[in-house]
Amino acid sequence: MTQLYHFHGGVHPPTHKALSVRSPIATPPLPSKLVIPFHQHVGSMAKPLVQAGDYVFKGQLIGMPEDGLSSAIHASTSGTIAEIGMQVVAHASGLPDLCATLIPDGKEAWVVREQRNPITLPIDEIRHILRLAGIVGLGGAVFPSDAKLRGGKHHVRTIVLNGAECEPYITCDDMLMRQRARDIVRGGDIIRRVLGADEVLIGIEDNKPQAIAMMQEACVDRSSMRVIAVPTLYPGGGAKQLIRVLTGIEVAAGVRSTDKGVQCFNVATAYSIYRAVAFSEPLLSRIVTVTGNVHKPQNFEVLIGTPVDELVAWAGGKPDTTHHIMGGPMMGVPLPNDQVSVVKACNCIIAASDALFPPAPPAMPCIRCTRCAEVCPQELQPQDLYWFAKSKNFGKAQEFHLFDCIECGACSYVCPSHIPLVQYYRFAKSEIWARDNDKKAADQARERHEFREYRIEREKQEKADKLAAKEKAALAAKPAASDDAQQKIQAALAVAKQQAVTPKNVSDLTPQQQAEIADIEARRANNQARAQSDAGT
Amino acid sequence: MFYSPFIRKPISVSQIMLRVMLALIPAIGAYLYYFGPIILVSLTLASITAVATEAAMLKLRNRPVAPFLQDNSALLTAWLIALSIPALAPWWLVVVGTAFAIVIAKQLYGGLGNNPFNPAMIAYAVLIISFPTHMTHWLTPAMLIHADLGFAGQLAYMFGNVLPQNMTLDAFTMATPLDTLKTQLHLGTAISSIFGQPIFGGLAGQGSEMVAVGFLVGGVYLWATRIITWHLPVAYLGSLFVIAGIFHLIDPAHYAPPLFHLFSGAAMLGAFFILTDPVTSPTTHKGKLIFAAGAALLTYLIRVFGGFPDGMAFATLLMNICVPLIDLYTQPKVFGKKEQAR
Repeated sequence: MTQLYHFHGGVHPPTHKALSVRSPIATPPLPSKLVIPFHQHVGSMAKPLVQAGDYVFKGQLIGMPEDGLSSAIHASTSGTIAEIGMQVVAHASGLPDLCATLIPDGKEAWVVREQRNPITLPIDEIRHILRLAGIVGLGGAVFPSDAKLRGGKHHVRTIVLNGAECEPYITCDDMLMRQRARDIVRGGDIIRRVLGADEVLIGIEDNKPQAIAMMQEACVDRSSMRVIAVPTLYPGGGAKQLIRVLTGIEVAAGVRSTDKGVQCFNVATAYSIYRAVAFSEPLLSRIVTVTGNVHKPQNFEVLIGTPVDELVAWAGGKPDTTHHIMGGPMMGVPLPNDQVSVVKACNCIIAASDALFPPAPPAMPCIRCTRCAEVCPQELQPQDLYWFAKSKNFGKAQEFHLFDCIECGACSYVCPSHIPLVQYYRFAKSEIWARDNDKKAADQARERHEFREYRIEREKQEKADKLAAKEKAALAAKPAASDDAQQKIQAALAVAKQQAVTPKNVSDLTPQQQAEIADIEARRANNQARAQSDAGT
Repeated sequence: MFYSPFIRKPISVSQIMLRVMLALIPAIGAYLYYFGPIILVSLTLASITAVATEAAMLKLRNRPVAPFLQDNSALLTAWLIALSIPALAPWWLVVVGTAFAIVIAKQLYGGLGNNPFNPAMIAYAVLIISFPTHMTHWLTPAMLIHADLGFAGQLAYMFGNVLPQNMTLDAFTMATPLDTLKTQLHLGTAISSIFGQPIFGGLAGQGSEMVAVGFLVGGVYLWATRIITWHLPVAYLGSLFVIAGIFHLIDPAHYAPPLFHLFSGAAMLGAFFILTDPVTSPTTHKGKLIFAAGAALLTYLIRVFGGFPDGMAFATLLMNICVPLIDLYTQPKVFGKKEQAR
């Protein structure tokens, strides 16, 4: 038996997972349109490669990853690009972002694909393939996988494949493991090979016996890969918590897990990695659980860009649905409207109604009962953080480890005063970020100003030194030279002076150039005067 | 509903307070059995006063009245006050105490969640300083009583301040066992002969020890239903036991045995219902242990060497002052940052 470790706190919300596992993963018909955002990942937005009117094939690269942390975007099916423009996307901000609108032609005409052998492929090429295939973390973090496969300064000993799926309602990973265990395991092989890790630990919460059985069967011939059933305890599927449970290692906030010799991937990411490497299939679709206030809760293999309203209609959305939630009920994001499209981060769509999620009663004052501290998986003191966030005492909040908060919502879940604690922490974090940015900008401006002052001072000094040196030289030359020579020196000096005043590359200028220079000089003088008057006030 | 989490555990402040009140029932039952029904009158008086003053203060402070009255916290304070002071006393005693607790100790500090001092203990402290004679006349338990006043007579005394002819207050009230012990020790009597007196029972005082057992039963219920954690009561009773035990071992003739201290006065009430008030106690586990141990030490010192019959209230209030400091210096290490600190 493997030794399991435990993390502090945690809660047991009702799972409601049985709803959506009654039928296998379904493939819905092609939607009427696909709205594909160019920024679905952590890092820079992909650069659009297509224009309105272009015909694209299924799997065609339409967004090129920028340098650095970025990922690629593809056409999820074949058809015509109707528009490249700003549209509201499925994101917590609810802000519009650049999207391609694709009208499917129904042919599902693929780009040319090749089959490759992941065992013999050079490691660098695998990373390149993943980057161009748009593979990102499908657990919700959407961090580009190629970047996670670069490793770090330390040897990565252990790969954790995250199949815990601790959030209530969500069953997409469960169903994926039940139905496609072999490909997940093969993805695990690729990850292990690229990072040169010793072992792969697949953590699955023990409320998914079928998934555990299928995964165990799939990796039965691999000595370096083990399926481990972990206790069902929210947020046991958080990367930090799962790493802790499986290895005993605690990855503190701001520390890379690779520095501790561990790297964690979601099982769905492993699956997509395998499909991309072995079959050149970019990330065009993902499994999405559609559940909640619908007639037939179910998992679908959904094309990226599918509008949420069309997706929910296939599951039989009920009329009293008030809005939709992307993700689970603990950490999910309410969608700004029903027309936004499924993105790579979208593991679950919950149709919400007042009956399903009754509105919170009005918040009462905190009575410091510390139920929040008892359940906090990061071992924070949420009641203190709340106090500091509320009083905008952000320095204190940071001192009390605000940024270690993973926003799992366990504290809000148990709060008898019904205080939206996580909201307070999000507010405090964003305020601190905003202030940091302001401070950085101010620091930069001050540095620039100080340097400019220093430069002006230096130039003045240099000029003065030059002049002093010249006078000294003139003085030294005087007694030795005759009047005649003196005159010659004077003349030479005058010439030299002339030359010093007008550098060579500014002589013999066209009137036009001179006018330009005068113009620039005037502007500079103006600026200087203004800067001096600013400094004076 | 616009923020996650969208679900929450079905629990509220109101329910928690109600559970704590429920946990007081065994002690109230024992009180009824040994001291008669007059406790119900003082509980009612305290409750009415608490609700009325709370409502008035909320109104004055422009706060919503209904949600805050429904949180049951004022009622709980009222019950704790009624159980902390003599049941048979002029009606205004419990009314003044409760009103002071709600108006000054709770609402003027900002209401629920904002009071630094335990309101019930503030009430006790105010009353014992202002009306010491009234606070020392405790009902004699039923089995020791010589002259029965009767419920009607008790009511007449409570509301009309009239006693039947040829009857004094001392006929049916007495000092608490703690008080008796202190007085007798001052007179030079040895512990063994003091405990031979009829007012002392198997553990502490006749009757009152069973009320303490009632608090213990209710406290265990609170712990079992996770309303409170073990830290405060265990640290308090444990420390009190150890401190009293040390003194008792050194000089058994002058220092009462530890179990006497646990089951007399407000020790059990304090351990499970007063110190555990979350608003006025530390939030960290280590802090709770320090807080309760400090309260135990102060309780013992005040009981044995101080001028008051019981030390629970002042010990609690003195430790309440230290809570912010204790919390600050007992912050636990957070996830992933434990090894570096070691």
